[in-house]
Amino acid sequence: MPIAAPGAPGPPATAEPVVVLDQVRRRFGEVEALAGLDLVVPANRITVLLGPNGAGKTTAIRMITGALDAHSGTVRTFGMDPAVQGEAVRLRCGVVSAKPALYDRLDGHANLAYAAELYGLGRGPSVDARIRDAAARFGIEHALDKRVGGFSTGMKTRLALARSILHQPDLLLFDEPTSGLDPESSHAVLEMIREMTDNGRTVVMCTHLLLEAEGLADTVVVMEDGRDLVAGTPGDLTRQFWPGTVVLVAAENPDAMADALTIEGVAFVEPDTDPLRLRLHLDGDHHTPDVVGALVARGVRLTRVEPLEPSLEDLYFAVRTKKPIADDGGRQLTPTGDEALVTDRHRQVAALTGWPGSEDAR
Amino acid sequence: MSHAPPTATGAAAPADPPHPGWRSLNWGRVRIVARSDMRQLLEDKGFWMPMVLLGAIFFLFIPTVLLVSITSIGDVEVVSQMSETLKVLPPSAQAQIEGQSDQGRTAYALAVFLLAPVAIVVPLTISTAIGASTIVGERERGTGEFLAHSPAHEREIYLGKLLASLLPGYATTIVGFGIYSIVVNLFVGPEVGGWFFPTTNWWVLMLWVVPPFLALTLSIVLRLSARVKSTAAAQQAAGLVTLPMIGIAYSQSTGALFGAQAAGLYLGAIAWVVAGFGLARGMRAVSRSRLLGVADGV
Repeated sequence: MPIAAPGAPGPPATAEPVVVLDQVRRRFGEVEALAGLDLVVPANRITVLLGPNGAGKTTAIRMITGALDAHSGTVRTFGMDPAVQGEAVRLRCGVVSAKPALYDRLDGHANLAYAAELYGLGRGPSVDARIRDAAARFGIEHALDKRVGGFSTGMKTRLALARSILHQPDLLLFDEPTSGLDPESSHAVLEMIREMTDNGRTVVMCTHLLLEAEGLADTVVVMEDGRDLVAGTPGDLTRQFWPGTVVLVAAENPDAMADALTIEGVAFVEPDTDPLRLRLHLDGDHHTPDVVGALVARGVRLTRVEPLEPSLEDLYFAVRTKKPIADDGGRQLTPTGDEALVTDRHRQVAALTGWPGSEDAR
Repeated sequence: MSHAPPTATGAAAPADPPHPGWRSLNWGRVRIVARSDMRQLLEDKGFWMPMVLLGAIFFLFIPTVLLVSITSIGDVEVVSQMSETLKVLPPSAQAQIEGQSDQGRTAYALAVFLLAPVAIVVPLTISTAIGASTIVGERERGTGEFLAHSPAHEREIYLGKLLASLLPGYATTIVGFGIYSIVVNLFVGPEVGGWFFPTTNWWVLMLWVVPPFLALTLSIVLRLSARVKSTAAAQQAAGLVTLPMIGIAYSQSTGALFGAQAAGLYLGAIAWVVAGFGLARGMRAVSRSRLLGVADGV
């Protein structure tokens, strides 16, 4: 699934960010979990923290609620310092951790009632009604009277999600919420997360699964080794990393495309892994019909014309590996060390990111 | 990456007290944590069945067998020899022994003085078993994450867990004490002229001396539970702590029973002071990083 088109409209964001982390550092013994993390979470949006295991995503979430203190740097959630005003911050946050963190010996209702009481909702018929509503929203109301120990992973996740919204928090923090779920359940959970922002909530979600973030993220933050490598909306990042248009063309007679570079609007021609196909890098979308027309006029018998849109996976690997990116619309990474394949696009990306090679572009 | 300046939307929220005093604690949350923990214990038959059995063995079966045996022995010489052993008791204790016959005096001494460990062993054993796993258990099950992100203060969590560990042991002891009183009065009462138990010293022991010893032991056990890496390790460490605590509590409480009533009151007062100190120290052991089980918190 491709990421959202550049400039795609999202829900309106308020001016003030909900979370601001500035140069936050946190060590666990010898391990530096956060090594100067910068993070801004805009209101009413879904921000996805993307990174491999050990990137610091979970620690970042713990910093946001004040469950852990920063060793240095500044953390502000709703403008408050969670280390000082932790209770006020946590009352406005709902968290679903990677493990659902439910009490197996209690039934579903008791688990939610415990949370309701801790968050100051109290007890009584109105709270029971709220519990039922929250459970119904995630399709788990039928199991409220059953022990959680007998729940499937999907049921536990749904119950944990229901628990996270019981007190109607302004900020929802999900740490790999689909961990251990089958694809169908994962899809359902992601749909539910998307719906939550419709009510004006802000969502921060951690994942190392690229497909999860695809189509869900309003803002993407790629993390590695406790740092943010790159952040922005998918559209912005697409424009940043793939400023042109890439079209995959296949033909019965690929030799006829040998001089495609001479066609107006074609900036670069790149061979594909399939010898019958080429990747044409155009100056812009508007050139596509002209280029196709020119190819046909030159006797090329086209069998396929496909605009390539970069996926979040492309972006993720491009950012994480810190390697020059093949000028292929993000479909493949160029093997490092092969200078013959370094293109102007590589230098362009390198200049934007400060990666090796940027010197050439300056 | 540049950032917007921090927002001011939460400026009006009060700051958390770094070390909240008793008044600033949210006692409602303490109660909620305690109630939830106790509910989980009640839902676990594998836990409360042994607890009930332990109480029944110490408060019902053993006293019944011993007291019935003594009051029913027909051999006068054996009873006389047993009665002679009472002379090892301190004079103040001997002066308290009631009963006209050797059987009656022996049964009285057994019921009032020699079964005192029951009142100590049962609550300490039960409460230690619960307390040892209460914090490390949250970490192992992953539910520590839920508590760490909750608005509850660490001290509210600590006190809730302390109550949830203390109350089952103490409640079992109080119920067992009631049963023990009936057993003693049923079998020894006729020998000494009617129902006499609990004596004043036993009331002092149960209501004034046992609770602080229990609290003190739990303050240590909960600190261990917060620091160790597994429930198994917590159980082992708690066993090491509990054994000497049982010895101290037993010797002190027995001394209180043997001595004058004031001795029990003084002992209880000292135990409360030490327990208060232990609890204050113990409260610092629970931190959010320990609930999460992150490296520098364990």
